[in-house]
Amino acid sequence: MLLGRTANGLYWMNRYIERAENMARLIDAGLRIALTRTQNASDEWNSVLLSAGAAGAFAEKHSDYNAENVADFLMRDMANPSSVLAAMETARNNARMVRTALTRETWESINEGWMSLKRMLAEPIDQRELPTVLDAIKRETAIIRGSFYGTMLRNEIFDFAQLGTYVERADNTARILDVKYYVLLPSISWVGSSLDNYQWESILRSVAAHRSYRWVYEADYRPTSIAEYLILNVRMPRSLTFSYRFIAEHLRFLADDYSARHPSHEIAERTYARLRGTQIGDILESGLHEFLADFITENNRLGEQVAQDFGFH
Amino acid sequence: MRLKVTHRTEYNYDQPVRYGLQRLRLWPASGPAQTMLTWTLRIEGAREEVRFLDQFGNDTRLLSVDGDPHTISILAEGEVETNDVSGVSGLHRGFAPLWLFQHETPLTAPGPAIRDLVAGVGEGDEVGRLHSLMALIAERIVYEPGTTDTRTTAEQALVKGAGVCQDHAHVFAAGARLLGFPARYVSGYLMMNDRVEQVATHAWAEANVAGLGWVGFDAANCISPDERYVRVAVGRDYREAMPISGILIGRAEEQLAVHITVEQ
Amino acid sequence: MVAFDEMLPAEAGLRKPYEAYDGWLKNQDPARLTEKMRDAERVFRKTGITFAVYGERDASERLIPFDIVPRIIAGNEWRRLTQGIEQRVQALNAFLDDIYHRQEILRAGRVPRELIATNEAFLPEMIGVKPPAGVYTHIIGVDIVRISENEFYVLEDNARTPSGVSYMLENRETMLQLFPELFQRIKVQPVENYPQLLRQSLSAVRPSNVSGVPTIAVLTPGSFNSAYFEHAFLADQMGVQLVEGQDLRVVDGHVAMRTTEGYKQIDVLYRRVDDAFLDPLTFRPDSALGVPGIMDVYRAGNITIANAPGTGIADDKAIYSYMPEIIEFYTGRKPILGNIPTWRCSEPDSLKYVQEHLAELVVKEVHGSGGYGMLVGPAATKKEREEFSKKLAARPSNYIAQPTLSLSTCPILTAKGLAPRHVDLRPFVLVSDRIQIVPGGLTRVALKEGSLVVNSSQGGGTKDTWVLDD
Repeated sequence: MLLGRTANGLYWMNRYIERAENMARLIDAGLRIALTRTQNASDEWNSVLLSAGAAGAFAEKHSDYNAENVADFLMRDMANPSSVLAAMETARNNARMVRTALTRETWESINEGWMSLKRMLAEPIDQRELPTVLDAIKRETAIIRGSFYGTMLRNEIFDFAQLGTYVERADNTARILDVKYYVLLPSISWVGSSLDNYQWESILRSVAAHRSYRWVYEADYRPTSIAEYLILNVRMPRSLTFSYRFIAEHLRFLADDYSARHPSHEIAERTYARLRGTQIGDILESGLHEFLADFITENNRLGEQVAQDFGFH
Repeated sequence: MRLKVTHRTEYNYDQPVRYGLQRLRLWPASGPAQTMLTWTLRIEGAREEVRFLDQFGNDTRLLSVDGDPHTISILAEGEVETNDVSGVSGLHRGFAPLWLFQHETPLTAPGPAIRDLVAGVGEGDEVGRLHSLMALIAERIVYEPGTTDTRTTAEQALVKGAGVCQDHAHVFAAGARLLGFPARYVSGYLMMNDRVEQVATHAWAEANVAGLGWVGFDAANCISPDERYVRVAVGRDYREAMPISGILIGRAEEQLAVHITVEQ
Repeated sequence: MVAFDEMLPAEAGLRKPYEAYDGWLKNQDPARLTEKMRDAERVFRKTGITFAVYGERDASERLIPFDIVPRIIAGNEWRRLTQGIEQRVQALNAFLDDIYHRQEILRAGRVPRELIATNEAFLPEMIGVKPPAGVYTHIIGVDIVRISENEFYVLEDNARTPSGVSYMLENRETMLQLFPELFQRIKVQPVENYPQLLRQSLSAVRPSNVSGVPTIAVLTPGSFNSAYFEHAFLADQMGVQLVEGQDLRVVDGHVAMRTTEGYKQIDVLYRRVDDAFLDPLTFRPDSALGVPGIMDVYRAGNITIANAPGTGIADDKAIYSYMPEIIEFYTGRKPILGNIPTWRCSEPDSLKYVQEHLAELVVKEVHGSGGYGMLVGPAATKKEREEFSKKLAARPSNYIAQPTLSLSTCPILTAKGLAPRHVDLRPFVLVSDRIQIVPGGLTRVALKEGSLVVNSSQGGGTKDTWVLDD
């Protein structure tokens, strides 16, 4: 038996933890480009902000698209609800609210993660310290995930939290792809050219896939392969298909537990079946941007439907 | 006198209702002044959740409502045999102590106007002084629907010099308490002589006189209740005795329609 | 005035209950103890045991300081205390039952009617309510102070929603983690089964129409409440749901909580929301913390609310001064545990005395709590006393006064070693078809040297309380 409010809290707790981690990865990728391709730095930071869904809010506050401003806005600014600090605080408030649903270790890892990041992000970050801080963010979220996986019972509590993780992750990966979808179109591929493919690397880096890509494709970066990897690969832990595999699975567990199916089951299974039944060629042919925009909308709709089906409030 | 009452209340909701509750005090009890012969309460569009006796012994029911825009209808009807007891409705009963009825409530807190009014009550025996209080109120507050609402306090109504039976009853209760009597508010029905259709439910007040018990005073009509009166609920003020009170959560607005008949 | 030290009283030398502990302590390296003190703080911070302080900005989460020296009570001392507490708790419930029914005690003139009649804690909505097993106040914290070897007094009764029990449990847990060897040497009676007892106790007072295992829930005002940690802790330890008003509504004649599978009936609600906020349909209409209609369900007998609404009439500071009369009226015996002599400022003679002796007295607001709005005469400046005197004159019935008793002291660990500090004790009592008191309680300690204010909101700390198994 689980309160609808608790299910809601678990869902958002994990969405915000996932978001904090994704922010760190996005900044990390941006920083890499900014360091190695200085002439493209401000464009790249703009892409980072777009992927983070924070471009508008940033523009209201800053005019310089540099590492200092962007990193500060995405990591420390409490006015930005998706900044690492704000996301961790929201995650922790949710965890506090659902405290009784969590194991002591999970609660402590979140509470400690929040305290440690709060301390670390209390003052503006010196550029030289940025990589260390980004690592620390990823480490804290990894510890939380570790405690969570290691100690939580696989029941409805786990399922609702995991739904939050994967809905957020799918949204994040889809946004990253959509912000740069044009560099993944086959019509303007620079395969083998000395022209820059840093954009591709940046995409892969933001989802921590620049190494694993090579293991899977044994080849240079190719836009269709990158798109295929991030959208359709069922083993790549940040791909859309991977995310939906788990979304569908956790929803199925809930259906079994409660002996009840809801509209959200239909939505998730339809999306998953569509991802499984598609080739990257088909997606590119009918429009990558349209596909991604459609996916993002459907993914949001799923989140809302889950909230409705399970009495979130 | 055998009185036949029908009291229909309808609430119409213009939007879906997230959640709402209605608390009903619409079930008359038998006593020295009346015997309930038949009574039914028919509810449509809402669910009865619980029924219980409140702290003053009123039969109370709680309804809940939610869902699409709709109308709920509450129909109370039945027959009551009333006796003319010259306003004396019996000794105090129940666990609510008499002293509780000597305390003011937010709706009946006396201000300068009420104190001033009470100062005009002359000497005399207890019942005589209460009658004099009633006469003063009847003189000072003209019956004028629309000038006050359910949140108007006794003091405000007296200052305004206009109001409805609720205001007369509040001022009387406040005044009687200042004179040292426990006093309460009674909600019920009155059969007006010239009509079957009544404008609203009726209300009056009672003061407790040692040896006699509760004695009723209808300052709106300047008489003690007789056999044309049907009593339904009591409390220290309107808020505690009101026939229907509710709470509505969400954006829906409710529209109220009331239809009452009392006939012989 | 030299305070009685519970470990090392001035003339008598080391007291017996502390002998074993003292023997252990002598062999400890002071540096190690200081280190343990820091460990304890880390444990608390990590687990998130914090409380919010009213009126302080940005101090929304602070730790209550914990001292690692236990407060030790001998088994026979404890037995005497529990007899006094049981008697008191019986009287409190009998008083509540009477006040909401025939009011015999008022008719008998033993308690003035005005005290009840003008008291906001008296809830007319409770008149005539007979809760299951006749229990009104199920969970009670009785604050007790010690003056000498044999003198214990009740400082106040907390019959509404006493808090602090989670600190009792966490303090013990922390001590077990820090000093496992101590508990092998010294036989300390366990307190850890409190949550289990609480659950059994709540279960025993389920509505009579509930057969089988009742569904219990803890109602909290929410995660920003100062005692939220405790609410979550107790729900978790009992294995019941922690609910907020927004989770609840009246469904099928019961209060039900909104779950992922629809609404589910609740039979017993351990509520940590004040009366005024409990039911916006009945009390404050602007309350978002309560459950509209819960009083209706309650009067219909379909839910048990613990503690019952309206129990505040029994622990009000004005009522407190009548507790000896109340105990004698209902139990037919003199109180085993005494009251602190109390002057009721509503009485002209008392007011005069209090005004003349402000420098020696503690003056408290009748309805206050948490140590706010009080004057500690001996510690106050002349100006503070003069200002307070004006407030007192303006609303005498708002105040009571008590002598400044020299509360007993217990040693705490300071940078300079052990030093005595004043303490009080709040044992926790559970009432259902029986009365249960876990051996121990919350010892609050005034950390400032010489201070008599033990409230956590005013710089007090806590200690583990040991009742010896002897």
